[in-house]
Amino acid sequence: MRDLRLPSSPGFWRSPLRGPRFTAVLGIVLLVGITVLFVTGLLSYAAYNPNLSPVNDQTPDKGILGFYLFSWPTNPYWLYRLNQGVHVTLGITLIPVLLAKLWSVVPRLFTLPPARSLAHALERISLLLLVGGALFQFTTGVLNVQLDYVFPGSFYTLHFYGAWVFFAAFVAHVALKLPTALRNLRRLRAEKAEKPENAEKPEDSDLVTPRPAEPTVSRRGAFGLVGGASLLLFATSVGRNFDGPLRQTALLTPHGGPEPGSGPGGFQINKTAAYAGIDTRETTGDTWQLVVTGRTGDVRLSREDLLRLPLHSAALPIACVEGWSTSDQWWRGVRLRDLAALVGYDDPADVLVESLQRRGAFRRAALRANQVADPRSLLALDVNGEPLTLDHGYPARIIVPAAPGVLNTKWVARMTFGDL
Amino acid sequence: MRRTLIRPRLVVGSPFQLLLLGCSFALAGYAGVRLLAGDWFQVVLWFVGAAVLHDLVLVPLYAAADRALTGALGAVRRREWIGYVRVPAALSGLLLLVWFPLISGRVDERYRLATGLSADGFLARWLLITAVLFGGSALLLALRVRRATKQRPSTDH
Repeated sequence: MRDLRLPSSPGFWRSPLRGPRFTAVLGIVLLVGITVLFVTGLLSYAAYNPNLSPVNDQTPDKGILGFYLFSWPTNPYWLYRLNQGVHVTLGITLIPVLLAKLWSVVPRLFTLPPARSLAHALERISLLLLVGGALFQFTTGVLNVQLDYVFPGSFYTLHFYGAWVFFAAFVAHVALKLPTALRNLRRLRAEKAEKPENAEKPEDSDLVTPRPAEPTVSRRGAFGLVGGASLLLFATSVGRNFDGPLRQTALLTPHGGPEPGSGPGGFQINKTAAYAGIDTRETTGDTWQLVVTGRTGDVRLSREDLLRLPLHSAALPIACVEGWSTSDQWWRGVRLRDLAALVGYDDPADVLVESLQRRGAFRRAALRANQVADPRSLLALDVNGEPLTLDHGYPARIIVPAAPGVLNTKWVARMTFGDL
Repeated sequence: MRRTLIRPRLVVGSPFQLLLLGCSFALAGYAGVRLLAGDWFQVVLWFVGAAVLHDLVLVPLYAAADRALTGALGAVRRREWIGYVRVPAALSGLLLLVWFPLISGRVDERYRLATGLSADGFLARWLLITAVLFGGSALLLALRVRRATKQRPSTDH
């Protein structure tokens, strides 16, 4: 018998809760949840249209990892809001499940001998990618939504490539463990149905301690704690996807609580004019002019000129990659396709939009022809019946259905239509 | 004789598993060189550090806290009260772990400047939630104790 004081000894781990059944249930929940996180993450990446223009692409070296990219649609107009709300809110909700799952298998980390075979050695290396990857993805995500940019590099790069490293290990782990987990779950059900003849010894029973301490909580109680913790995180997060009283329920999350102001412009702001370094001398009526470039050359338009063009309305939300969004706001402005026509593009064309903003990612953003063609895509001048506030992009901003927030460029200075 | 027959399989392992892990490492490697293209040392530190910090610091820390709590309650013969402390403590600790940057105020200035929202109140709200969790738990315990004393007054004699 090995020394019980060492974590490599099975007797060191004494919780009677640990066992294949506890692990199997948490594993299945994570299998479903993480698959949804991965798919919504890939969709969010596609929503930026990274193949359209280098200004949209934070990961130009992606190679075959961008194999699935497609033109991001504008329908339904709440697509990105839903996708990103699910991605971030579900991620936050799964944290207790991930922690419980890792707790349930922690004795395996110390198993000796370190490897029984080459395959086993490789599996353990793969587990480092799995556990390190999961924690890396959850940590970078949780830090990014709180604007705590302490991670070593651009969030887009780290979270995108990190996701693929993690996913590679995740797929292998699922392929190796899913059959066992399912068999253990079937046994759990048989046990519940009180058919002892089916209740054989489960597989992976090395997780069961040979020296159980007196139980302080039942398995059901432990599931209750994990589920309750998930519910608490969900209940204090989900409200940040809705304006008004629902946002007040998001007690601890960024962009939860009260709105940034009252009145027509009193809805959530991603980056204020002050943060973006907007100089108000450049946005006043006398100095600001929009430059639209296309086949027929440049057209310069003041805000007064824009207001004399045909104006249209669209009710659209702002949805951020950070997983918060606003309810629909009522925007009014000039259709992007009308601006394209003004410079000789009667057929849909791509557009590069440049902001007055001097620094920061996405001060320039590209939109695809299908986005320009949508009648709800506007260069907005008013919101909710009043001129835009400076923080929402005065004198003019882009608003496109289903596009990620940062592609809806604020403080627009120049628009260049044509092939990018 | 038997030993020499079994040994090769033991050393290499299942070919299916090897193939699967080979594919997995190939994909992880493809993404990994791109992940490490920037500050590779820091990224490796974060990747491995996250696992090490969790397995060798966080888990032992909360396991030790839980053991200390069980021991303390055991010493006063109130071991069955463990859930009433463990549950609110775990929930409150989890909220602190997840929302630490906002609760601790370390991103206050950037948050206020970027979003135009107040960064105050996260600490207060977390403390309030913690108070509600512990308060609710205490209330449940009080009700349970009261019911128990009402139900069996004779057994105490």
